[in-house]
Amino acid sequence: MDLNFSAEDIAFRDEVRSFIAENYPDDLRAKADEGEELSKEDLLKWHRILGKRGWSAPAWPTQYGGPGWNSIQRYIWSEECARADTIAVLPFGVTMVAPVIMAFGTEEQKAKHLPAILKGDLWWCQGYSEPGAGSDLANLRTKAERFTGDDGKEYYRVNGQKTWTTMAQHADWGFFLVRTNPTAKAQEGISFLLIDMKSPGITVRPIITLGGEHEVNEVWLEDVIVPVENRVFEENKGWTCAKYLLAHERTGIAGVARSKRGVERVKTIARSEMEDGAPLIKNPFFKRKIAELEVDLIALEFTELRTLAGEASGKGPGPESSLLKIKGTEIQQRITELALEAVGHYGAPYFRGFGEGDNEHPIGPDYAHRAAPTYFNGRKTSIYGGSNEIQRNIIAKAVLGL
Amino acid sequence: MDFNYTDEQTMLRDTVARYLADTYTFDARMAVVNGTAGKAGWNPATWQAFAQELGILGAPFSEAHGGLGGGALENMIVMEEFGRALVIEPYLSTVVIGGGFLKAVGGAIADTVIPQIIEGKVVIAFAYAEPQGRYNLSDLRTTAKKEGAGYVLNGHKAVVYGAPWATHLIVTTRSGGGQRDKEGVSVFLVPADAKGITRRDYPTVDGSQASEVYFENVQVGADALLGEEGKGLPLVEQVVDEATAALCAEACGVTRTLHALTLDYAKQRKQFGKAIAEFQVLQHRMVDMFLEVEQAVSMTLMATLKLDEKPLDRAKAVSAAKIKIAKACKAVGQGAVQIHGGMGITTELATGHFFKRATMIEGQFGSMDHHLARFEALTD
Repeated sequence: MDLNFSAEDIAFRDEVRSFIAENYPDDLRAKADEGEELSKEDLLKWHRILGKRGWSAPAWPTQYGGPGWNSIQRYIWSEECARADTIAVLPFGVTMVAPVIMAFGTEEQKAKHLPAILKGDLWWCQGYSEPGAGSDLANLRTKAERFTGDDGKEYYRVNGQKTWTTMAQHADWGFFLVRTNPTAKAQEGISFLLIDMKSPGITVRPIITLGGEHEVNEVWLEDVIVPVENRVFEENKGWTCAKYLLAHERTGIAGVARSKRGVERVKTIARSEMEDGAPLIKNPFFKRKIAELEVDLIALEFTELRTLAGEASGKGPGPESSLLKIKGTEIQQRITELALEAVGHYGAPYFRGFGEGDNEHPIGPDYAHRAAPTYFNGRKTSIYGGSNEIQRNIIAKAVLGL
Repeated sequence: MDFNYTDEQTMLRDTVARYLADTYTFDARMAVVNGTAGKAGWNPATWQAFAQELGILGAPFSEAHGGLGGGALENMIVMEEFGRALVIEPYLSTVVIGGGFLKAVGGAIADTVIPQIIEGKVVIAFAYAEPQGRYNLSDLRTTAKKEGAGYVLNGHKAVVYGAPWATHLIVTTRSGGGQRDKEGVSVFLVPADAKGITRRDYPTVDGSQASEVYFENVQVGADALLGEEGKGLPLVEQVVDEATAALCAEACGVTRTLHALTLDYAKQRKQFGKAIAEFQVLQHRMVDMFLEVEQAVSMTLMATLKLDEKPLDRAKAVSAAKIKIAKACKAVGQGAVQIHGGMGITTELATGHFFKRATMIEGQFGSMDHHLARFEALTD
């Protein structure tokens, strides 16, 4: 056992650090600092820069254009991105649908989609949840009926409604779970379809969340025609893909590096905010809360490192990743709580952002105006990706054997 | 010992509750908050209804002033009902705080202004916070300098809730001593349109409106002074304690509603073939939320009943209540959102809006840490 990085690891760290420093766009940093809403182009910009360097998909194997990094290198990469406070590469393509296509897709599907995902040419969204299928995802009702078209080819006709579809307003493609056999038991009879979001019959409606954000949507599908060759894996075996994807989604959900950055941000606020003529960070109660948070974060980090080491030795991401999801999201939420607490009175002003013709400077210190919306929005983390209650069920069953 | 309301108090509660249930629906509130009802952020007609139709703006004032002859308990009753309906109208700053100052100082100014509050003509905002002051009521950079027969005010007041709607501001200032001295605090009642006052108005995250208020050589007469020059801090502390108790009552209404909404949702929402309310892990969480609400209600009553005791006992009671209320707001707010799942963080359901208000109450008039420190300091 050794907690130190090797000389090669350090050389790697220096290489990626200087690449980020030299290539991360200044305008993106400025917008993110101001809390400005990022456009589709903004969100893809860094992805495309990384795509050119071959680094947009750290976990991909080299045969598909990935960098072939080992788990320590991937860890260093995420640390360095967080250290430089870069925006994240959107996960829907690179870390969600792509591993499914690699594992279960046809050669045609791989050739068609993987290079575009890698380069950031296309935007993906995830059509999983439905109004009646949240934690109980297998209860989904969106149905896909197979028919032979006038051209003699096979198609699905898809009808139903998806919800909580993140960033669907920008999406070019979506991966959907649909029911292809209505009489089968819940988890059987589901198929995994890739759907062109420009297909006739798709309507995307915004859902506005508590911080005023438009992140999630309802997606309505009305007689959407999808060629059968857009199905990944066998018909009625989509649940296998879904489970595979969920396990992948959970690794990285710990967000250790981002949370480290978040703790630093809270400290910065607490150094500026005054209480009785002294910086808030001198308040022993507040300081204690930061210390407790940092200790929990160290515990999470080393638990994640142990998991990564397990993966490196050939164990795929297992139910243990539920642990990372629970503790990771709890820590993320505590960071937003502390930030809101730290800004005091200036947590109250609601800053709508610059998008609506309001060019006025936000009220109060720059670090304050997103504190409350970020706290509100952060409540989603213990709900999405399998709620933390569901994660505990997974651990109870799959790890503890209860 | 008697924890029962009088007939008059029960009637007050029922009157307010019925009016709000009929007219202050979630949709009606959101239309006002979003400005789609044609008014910017509040509805003056609602305020007039409070004054004329319900007569509740006189709840804590003496009959001699035209009020209902009540006091802190009546404020508690009104504020709890306001919490249930998420009312944004400035009862707290006008009746509880403005009224609180005026009742405490008495005299000609009280005789003039209190009846105008009761009639709904005077709306007050409380300009006490400053960017550097956090929750320390005597950390003041806003100054009042004696000039001729009156005073000249200069400074910047932060996050003044209700200021865009106010006819008058109550302003805490430093008229002597160092920036955080206990001595040298003076309080003024100033017309909101006085020359030299400028505002930057904005919505707040919990559906209200507030302003940054700037004073530049604002001249006020000696009659604008509330209490004695330089001796204002005990008065401010008393009124802020009264306001905090009233805020706790609002929190009781907010958290009770959040809890009720959550039970309803959990009974209706089905996953895995049954109502999610049947899952024990969620049942226990809803039980814990209930325990928080019940303690919040107890503490609010305790603090309200102790508002007339000696300053030290009053302060301890109010801080103790605010600590429990902050905990309840967090636990019930977060629990409600979690059990609602994604629906809890949308703006479509009322739940999220109650959660936002609960969150803001946590910090209003002092965070949990602030009140724990105050309670500790008063205990040893």
